[in-house]
Amino acid sequence: MTFDDIIAVPGQWLHGEGPHGKIVVSSRIRLARNLRERPFPGWANKVERMQILAEIQEHVEAIPAMQGSCRAPLQELSPLQKQILVERHLISREHASKGAGSAVVISPDHQLSIMINEEDHLRMQSLLPGLQLQEAYRLNNEADIFLEDRVPYAFHAELGYLTACPTNVGTGLRASAMVHLPGLVLSDQINQIVNSVGKIGLVVRGLYGEGTEALGNLFQVSNQATLGESEEEILHRLIKVIEQIIEHEQNARQLLLERRANMLLDQIGRAYGVLSHARAIASKETLNLLSILKLGADLGIFPEATQLVVDELFMTTQPAHLQMGVKQEKLSPEDRDALRADLVRAKVKGIPEPDIAKVSSAKSGDGKSQEP
Amino acid sequence: MLCDVCKKQDASVYLTQIVDGKMQKVNLCESCSKEKGVSDPTGFALADLLLGLGAAQQIESGQPLQRCPVCGFTQADFKKTGRLGCSSCYDTFSEGLADLLKGMHKGVRHTGKVPSHLSRRFAMADRVKSLDAELQKAVKAEKYEDAARLRDEIRDIEHELQT
Repeated sequence: MTFDDIIAVPGQWLHGEGPHGKIVVSSRIRLARNLRERPFPGWANKVERMQILAEIQEHVEAIPAMQGSCRAPLQELSPLQKQILVERHLISREHASKGAGSAVVISPDHQLSIMINEEDHLRMQSLLPGLQLQEAYRLNNEADIFLEDRVPYAFHAELGYLTACPTNVGTGLRASAMVHLPGLVLSDQINQIVNSVGKIGLVVRGLYGEGTEALGNLFQVSNQATLGESEEEILHRLIKVIEQIIEHEQNARQLLLERRANMLLDQIGRAYGVLSHARAIASKETLNLLSILKLGADLGIFPEATQLVVDELFMTTQPAHLQMGVKQEKLSPEDRDALRADLVRAKVKGIPEPDIAKVSSAKSGDGKSQEP
Repeated sequence: MLCDVCKKQDASVYLTQIVDGKMQKVNLCESCSKEKGVSDPTGFALADLLLGLGAAQQIESGQPLQRCPVCGFTQADFKKTGRLGCSSCYDTFSEGLADLLKGMHKGVRHTGKVPSHLSRRFAMADRVKSLDAELQKAVKAEKYEDAARLRDEIRDIEHELQT
């Protein structure tokens, strides 16, 4: 499989068909592993990194799930290609900045991607649509079990898997779910949720992970600690919290429908209006308005097929994806905003105007009320 | 008071948090606090910051000029990068790291998955320990036949562990 094939089809996770798919966009598991007594990538020189890469790569490619995989040494990817992989969540921003001595291997279904010589020698990531953390862990664990017999892992009897950064030591596990929470944002409850999640040792981050802004009402909820708790305990705790967040979001949406229906309809109407008439629109505004459109589709104000259109636009309106579609050398920000507006208008044109009757029927209650 | 990060500008953001009963204080200037994302102190991940500052200070309190025999990494390097040099650094700097890990994680012992070949090794090592205790008891009780049997069993496992 070539890199072009990977680019041609967006990840399956994009079409949020998974459990709780309306609120949980995707579930991700990351495992960090290293070779025993070898310098971590950040401390190794180029020759050492190349050696380590050569040692690991053949085993990574031999993983059963990696049959027919796409593999690329980082120095052979253009900045644009790297950025596309970041926008697809297939590599981290940190990995995109790497060159010779680092590589990425991606499974044909995009569910498993393994970064070699990122911050750790091995960063294995599995990504599935909806709330499927257990399933994503199983997938990643299978790859880990395959590799542990072939690669001499750095493992400490007391501290577990050893990692470049002490924040990842132990299980080396970071489990996270991307959640879409427009209801909690519109009803000003989101800070409360973020704070209380923080108090129990979980973290809420923006769209592209650590240090990034929450755009399009999308948040990543993940575990903070990796030592002192088993993988099962970490997953169990996280899933329980995410289920609670889902419930809060459903309640918030229901309350908005019951008590602030006009505000809600106004927001949805404005989002629809701007997206279907804009001639120049920035990435940030696009994401935020698409989020409101998605909410409208969840509430039945737009037909069901709207979900797919919106989910696709979330990805295709990102800067690198826009650039990919044109032959021009490098788009200026103005060109990009105009091109983005063209793309969005063309897609949103196919969506009928908001169906307000749907809201009044939801208001009168259709048995789905989540109110306690 | 100067900012703990840039050490250039006056600090205007003062963060105090209790971690494991220990008070941690961090003083930041306006621009560093923004850079670290401390706009809302309550929603802000303390470990990220502690790692960048407190961490480096804590590991320093160990012996000065310690150098990892495997990769040549020093505490000064940790202070600079917040990352370690290789897996052996965890042994080299274990003293300084213990407190840091305690503040950062749920516990100080790994309770999760163990690579399968190692889990057999660990099980065997545990078995040797308990057999050894039995052996001491047998010797004390002058049950020499039992002691000989235990000694052989230990020798067999240790032989297997070495291969």
